[in-house]
Amino acid sequence: MIRSQVLICGGTGCTSSGSMAIQTEFEKALEKYDLSEEIKLVRTGCFGLCALGPVVIIYPDGTFYSRVSPDDVDEIVSEHLLKGRRVERLVYDDHGAVKPDDIGNIALSDTAFYKTQERVVLRNCGVIDPENIDEYIAMDGYAALGKVLTEMTPEQVIEEVSKSGLRGRGGGGFPTGRKWSLCAPNKAPQKYVVCNADEGDPGAFMDRSVLEGDPHAIIEAMAICGYAVGATKGYVYVRAEYPIAVKRLTIAIAQAREYGLLGENIFGSGFDFDLTIRLGAGAFVCGEETALMTSIEGNRGEPRPRPPFPAVKGLYASPTVENNVETFANIPQIILRGADWFASMGTERSKGTKVFALGGKINHTGLVEIPMGTKLEHIIYDIGGGIPNGKKFKAVQTGGPSGGCIPASLIDTEVDYDNLTAIGCMMGSGGMIVMDEDNCMVDMARFFLDFTVDESCGKCTPCRVGTKRMLEILDKIIAGKGTLEDIDRLEELAQYIKTNSLCGLGQTAPNPVLATLRFFRDEYISHVVDKKCPAGVCKDLLTFTIDQDKCIGCGMCARNCPVNTIVKTDYVAPGHKLPSYKINADKCIKCGACMANCKFKAISKK
Amino acid sequence: MKTLAELQAIKNRMKDKVILRDGLEGTRVVVGMATCGIAAGARPVLNELVKDVAEQNLADKVSVTQTGCIGICQYEPVVEVFEAGKEKTTYVKMNPEKAKRIVEEHLKGGKVVAEYTIGAAQA
Repeated sequence: MIRSQVLICGGTGCTSSGSMAIQTEFEKALEKYDLSEEIKLVRTGCFGLCALGPVVIIYPDGTFYSRVSPDDVDEIVSEHLLKGRRVERLVYDDHGAVKPDDIGNIALSDTAFYKTQERVVLRNCGVIDPENIDEYIAMDGYAALGKVLTEMTPEQVIEEVSKSGLRGRGGGGFPTGRKWSLCAPNKAPQKYVVCNADEGDPGAFMDRSVLEGDPHAIIEAMAICGYAVGATKGYVYVRAEYPIAVKRLTIAIAQAREYGLLGENIFGSGFDFDLTIRLGAGAFVCGEETALMTSIEGNRGEPRPRPPFPAVKGLYASPTVENNVETFANIPQIILRGADWFASMGTERSKGTKVFALGGKINHTGLVEIPMGTKLEHIIYDIGGGIPNGKKFKAVQTGGPSGGCIPASLIDTEVDYDNLTAIGCMMGSGGMIVMDEDNCMVDMARFFLDFTVDESCGKCTPCRVGTKRMLEILDKIIAGKGTLEDIDRLEELAQYIKTNSLCGLGQTAPNPVLATLRFFRDEYISHVVDKKCPAGVCKDLLTFTIDQDKCIGCGMCARNCPVNTIVKTDYVAPGHKLPSYKINADKCIKCGACMANCKFKAISKK
Repeated sequence: MKTLAELQAIKNRMKDKVILRDGLEGTRVVVGMATCGIAAGARPVLNELVKDVAEQNLADKVSVTQTGCIGICQYEPVVEVFEAGKEKTTYVKMNPEKAKRIVEEHLKGGKVVAEYTIGAAQA
């Protein structure tokens, strides 16, 4: 009889920090203490708190162990599982925000990180074993498909999805119900459902976590979509860089086929549906829907002009519905709990929840799901735990290379599609990169532009040539050779690329530059006019100097200088015994090694 | 699988296996499992409680966990029952047979088995 379960996170974050070794150690320790019959090990998807991984949770008490190492496992088993004494040093510390209950427990759901999250898409992530279809079924899995096939007409399904107000979670925000209703009436011998799992934005890992933690939800949703629009074939286009997601999805599809939940005559309704996985080869542009379909067809991933829209002429020139992973993950819940329940969450025009991948300068790096309309301040400070090392919050970048940034002055923005568009930003797929005072916004814009220059497919000129020219101007500014005219040209070019590119990649590529120009124009001006980088990032604009009165002459800086450009002087500061050092500026490569090694804070950069 | 009934059957079969992960709500049964508790035979008591709670279909209302030393070693094995809005009940000198009765009468029937409580043992 199982009395307790040990959940070990098997998401990509925790796997790379060693959760496989932990599982092996648990197996050994349970054997050693003769507990294998009483304790069950479950390898789950992502819990969300990736920064604290590897994560282990013990149920039924719900003790949350963070940063577990294989050496800790024996202690957890012999103390907690055998004697019931929690290993306090490993228990997640919520910095006193939560009071333990009468037996000293802190429930996971009470911690600041989880307390205000609303888990719809992630409801099974970190709860079930994603490689076991029975566990998904135990959590109401495939009940929505059963309901749709036995009680609802395709029109009713589309109506329900439309009524819920669900909008595309890949970034565009197009109403999902309308997308389906545009495809449904088209007559064709074959229609397709495509799931876009080509998550390419740097710093985004929402879709990966859903595929890793709850793959059956996607399979179920795609079958529901197939029934609604009259499609019998589906493709999941997933990045080859997501090996765990691909593996779990492959297992899930095989299990669903075995149970007859994919295949012919599902639930005896006469409806057939089956799925194929296609692996992406790593091109960012393949996340664009038309390029993705071209890639599935076996061609080089290049976008094509719209119209015709995929709903009319998509994959293999047949009517096709394409939705993103997170969009699909909402569907079974909307069918089971109703459109009204879904529409009760969120704001007037953005319903439901949104998953964000929090990264950058934030204490709780990880995955969070919150109702639409949650204030940015709440996401950063309450859920995200604020900025590390007491630094000042500067901005958050959303939407990756297609998005913009929200500056600290707009921290009370309620995050939904329309509010972000209104401030020239974009919801995007859900990556949120937090920046503090040490980040240079010009450098950040350059990073994303460098990415789009690399990833532009080259089909249309504005994107291929225009982004390259923008990057050159930015490089000039960062090198301290920019002029005020360069800023104007940058802006003009950005607008031109936006309006003239063929697909979403080019149309949104200038956004990081435009957004930073809008909110952080003074930083550009500093680079151009004062030839200074206020955040101290752009190397060409920095000078490292030693304060000769603070320098005690220990020589640590000189010993660590890779280009031997720090030399002893004749000057001995009052109160010191040894002569001070100085940096020979023309040979300095501005690596910062001297500053990092000075214990007396005598070196500064400006 | 061709019917909804088959789907429901899998769900029912699996429900108890994932229900532990719903977190702690309702009644909590805590078994003292420090060295003294284990030496006095707390493990068979714990396993009996888990088994009976599942068999009586109480798993969605009752959770069974263990804790460390409760501090009354001479009365081990000790089992405490926490119910919302009620005084906690402390059962002492437990064994699997007593555990079975507690599940049957207290957890299912709602009546404290007075003769096994610490009050009765001290009297």
